[in-house]
Amino acid sequence: MSAHLAVRGLRAYYGQTRALHGLDLDLAEGGITALLGANGAGKTTVLRAICGMIRSEGEILLDGKAIGGIAVEDVVRLGVAHVPEGRGTFVRLTVEENLGLGAMIRRDRAEVARDIERVYAHFPLLKERRRQQAGTLSGGEQQMLAVGRALMLRPRVMLLDEPSFGLAPRMVAEVFEILKAVNRSDRVSVLLVEQNATLALAFADRAYLIETGRIVMSGSTAEIGADENVRRAYLGY
Amino acid sequence: MELFLHQLLAGIATGGIYACMALAVVMIYQSIDHFNFAQGEMAMFSTYIAWQLLAWGWPYWGAFAATVALSFIGGVVIERTLFKPIRNAPVLSHIVVFIAMFSILNSVAGFTWEYTIKSFPSPFPSEPLFGNRLISAHDLGMIGITVVLLVLLYVLFRHTRLGLAMRAAAANPESARLVGIRVGWMVALGWGLAAAIGAIAGMMIAPIVFLEPNMMLGILLYGLAGAVVGGLTSPVGAVIGGFAVGIVENLAGTFIPVIGKELKLTIALVLIVAVLMIKPSGLFGRTAVSRV
Repeated sequence: MSAHLAVRGLRAYYGQTRALHGLDLDLAEGGITALLGANGAGKTTVLRAICGMIRSEGEILLDGKAIGGIAVEDVVRLGVAHVPEGRGTFVRLTVEENLGLGAMIRRDRAEVARDIERVYAHFPLLKERRRQQAGTLSGGEQQMLAVGRALMLRPRVMLLDEPSFGLAPRMVAEVFEILKAVNRSDRVSVLLVEQNATLALAFADRAYLIETGRIVMSGSTAEIGADENVRRAYLGY
Repeated sequence: MELFLHQLLAGIATGGIYACMALAVVMIYQSIDHFNFAQGEMAMFSTYIAWQLLAWGWPYWGAFAATVALSFIGGVVIERTLFKPIRNAPVLSHIVVFIAMFSILNSVAGFTWEYTIKSFPSPFPSEPLFGNRLISAHDLGMIGITVVLLVLLYVLFRHTRLGLAMRAAAANPESARLVGIRVGWMVALGWGLAAAIGAIAGMMIAPIVFLEPNMMLGILLYGLAGAVVGGLTSPVGAVIGGFAVGIVENLAGTFIPVIGKELKLTIALVLIVAVLMIKPSGLFGRTAVSRV
């Protein structure tokens, strides 16, 4: 498998403070890669650096082409969809408007309309609430909406920031099932940030472990899950 | 009764102009979180451009359209050159730039076209329409133009992709960038639209208040009152607030003897203070809630 997205020596900054200290990461084409770590380890920062939301140094290669230093708006145009922490819902707009925004950069109107139906097929609840203000949705529904909005881009890479956050277990299972289905059917490469290591290891095929801005371990999810230290620190058994 | 109706209709007519100014202010406020003190001076300057074009012999509606277009471009240019560089600067920097813009536009207009009061033509006939004496043709025309403008803006914001993108950029810039919206340009576009709306308001009110460099000061105050009454975060509220202020101003000025013509502007200020004290978010604005 070739690396769809490759990160080399990534350093990222919040103002003067360096949050990532030279980080290497490969995202396999069509694979699901998990980024695990404790609170404040730098998981979210990695995603934000990849899509150009914060200043970073080092190499970020998409299909072998450098995308470091490109504005967020243009990274999106290369097919990178980011479902941010806190879901990034446009709370005052309707559900359908939120989905429409996900396809803002696309010009193929007919296809967009079909994709909206496809998202509704995945998440029938959203269809019921299509005319409702998105801010009135529950946390789980907003997460579905965030995933749906990302899918509207027809992304080639999806960056997911804690999609399980604040969701009931049943909702989590549902969201992850749909993500997996899309990953298979559309060959979308997924980079998943999760605090819930058990969940992430079950869902992904590769994983990286990040501690204070550095990768401390990487490998297949089977290897990582079997590691004694990981089990003790992140899986709790 | 006839006096009442007459004043009510006149109030609606000027209220439409306040509504336009309120809307212009709110549009910029929503995208940059600052109140554009120079909105009135921008409108005044636009009106002088229209006057100049008319003086050069342009037909009224040609000058009107050209002024609106030039104002739009001017608004975009002002955002790109003055406000884009200070986007993340503190509030005070913005205020200083607004004040600078205010006095520069005011002085340049005075310098170029002199401070003497000029009359500005109305595109509407001077005899009352349909023989009714309740409302002048200009007031009626003003209401008509305002309504058309508001409908066009409504369609733009509710039913076009561009409008959706502009709303998204104002509501949540970070998420907007994540779906590929060029937020900076949406802000610039908002400035352009606000300037164009202001230009229309200026050209419509100028036949009534006459053209001079300070003509928009009072109008902007009424507009601000309207925006505050309706809520600085709600375009619809600002429009309703603008109309309400126009009606209240006219009726109070006529029927409450103490107020009369002289104290009319005070009403705007009293309204602003009262609303800010009782319901700071305005009648239609949303209260800022932050989750912790």
